Amino acid sequence: MDYRLSEEQQLIVDTTRRFVESEIVPLEDELDPDAGSLLPADYDRLVGKTQSMGFYGLDIPEEYGGPGLDTTTRALMAIEMSQHRAGLYNPCYGVFGGAGLAQLYEATEEQKERWLYPTLRGEKKGCFALTEPSGGSDPARAIQTRGFKDGGEWVLSGAKLYISGADKADYALIFARTSDDPGRNGVTAFIVDTDTPGFHVRRVVHTLRATHYATELQFDEMRVPEDNILGEVNGGFAIANDRLSRQRIPYAAGCIGPAIKAQEMAIDWAKNRETFGSALAEKQAIQWMVVDNEIDIRHAKYCVLEAAQKADRGDRFRTEAAMAKLVATEASSRVVDRCIQIHGGVGVTKDLPLERWYRELRIRRVGEGPSEVQRLIMARDILGGSFK
Amino acid sequence: MGIRLEKPWEHLNSEAIAALPGQLGVYQVADEEGNVLSVGYAGAKHLFGIRSALEEELSLHKDTAKFFRCEFTSNYRSRWDELLMLHLHDNGELPPHQRDEESRVGRLSPD
Repeated sequence: MDYRLSEEQQLIVDTTRRFVESEIVPLEDELDPDAGSLLPADYDRLVGKTQSMGFYGLDIPEEYGGPGLDTTTRALMAIEMSQHRAGLYNPCYGVFGGAGLAQLYEATEEQKERWLYPTLRGEKKGCFALTEPSGGSDPARAIQTRGFKDGGEWVLSGAKLYISGADKADYALIFARTSDDPGRNGVTAFIVDTDTPGFHVRRVVHTLRATHYATELQFDEMRVPEDNILGEVNGGFAIANDRLSRQRIPYAAGCIGPAIKAQEMAIDWAKNRETFGSALAEKQAIQWMVVDNEIDIRHAKYCVLEAAQKADRGDRFRTEAAMAKLVATEASSRVVDRCIQIHGGVGVTKDLPLERWYRELRIRRVGEGPSEVQRLIMARDILGGSFK
Repeated sequence: MGIRLEKPWEHLNSEAIAALPGQLGVYQVADEEGNVLSVGYAGAKHLFGIRSALEEELSLHKDTAKFFRCEFTSNYRSRWDELLMLHLHDNGELPPHQRDEESRVGRLSPD
């Protein structure tokens, strides 16, 4: 593996770092520690900047007007973009733009006109509704939302849980069981406008991520036109699963930024804080924590870059992506935990971003497939297909 | 647990505010008839939490703001959003002091 950055990658990393330090961190100092957004004027100004830098819509494919970054460069940017208080879940408060729901790039042209292009223009918002009260780690078997055909329409009934952004979405990508097959071959993906009668956002679900919430959805005999099916009938799980695999690399990379920043803060604190007549940095207990942090950060970074480079080469990267997700989420959690310990009392206050990273990183070990599922994926690949 | 803030109203005055702990949380302020004027939160930028936030409400709206009720929570941001969504659902519009938030508040159909 060659972890040296190309000249172009180094330039992008340096530019992103300067942007975070000079544009995001100063604004964040004035915001509530659990803020989830910038003031509208600041947001608009910074979107203008990222657009003029050519970095707006990072995850939009090049043929749709995106910058055409490879996975490795995108991962390097994610590491930089997450190095601020809100950075883990809201890197740079979204001023680099979103890509919409990646599944819509596989939609028909008519579907793209209705949902994808308005999303890319910032006119519509979508949400991804897969997880149900019956479970999220094994979605193919857990899905109990049912869909049956009635004339030229499908009728959907059921519930979804932990769905982000549904209360503000114009449409939802909903996965429902449409055959008697209890597994992955009986699931269909539907694009549903949220003003469809029978679509309800029943409640807000509060989590450790205090700045944001998930929602619980209920569908009461929603009538959905046949044209709203994304892909094939009973072929929806492949669409969901593709997203789950691809998401893991940037998801993992975004966890490393807060760990790097926490380590910088801990080193600075340890060098300047004195106890028992000498700096904390002179105590072996602290030195070992700082070293363990460095090992964790580098380990996570190497795993992410290896997965990204394999993806860029077109190699199979499922095991590497699962490993990157597992290592980055767990290692970054350990790093932030140690950094709080080094800081002592101030580490658990809202005066510093450590407590927010600590809470939010705990969610990362569960979200997008928990550590145990990542191990399961790797075990299948390592042991072979018969050990499922 | 009910999701609406349904505690009894308390008189909004300096004495009542001074008796509150300085914790983080959410609150509602109402007029003489109990109509909600604003739904707010006390975050970590408020020096003494709910106390400071309500002092601010009292100084800004002392002619109309007569009652308050509050709830202490570290999830003050998401609970604040939830209370605004509930108010929008129940009343068809946001409280008078927050009409400009309407574009960012989500939709909830809890019943």
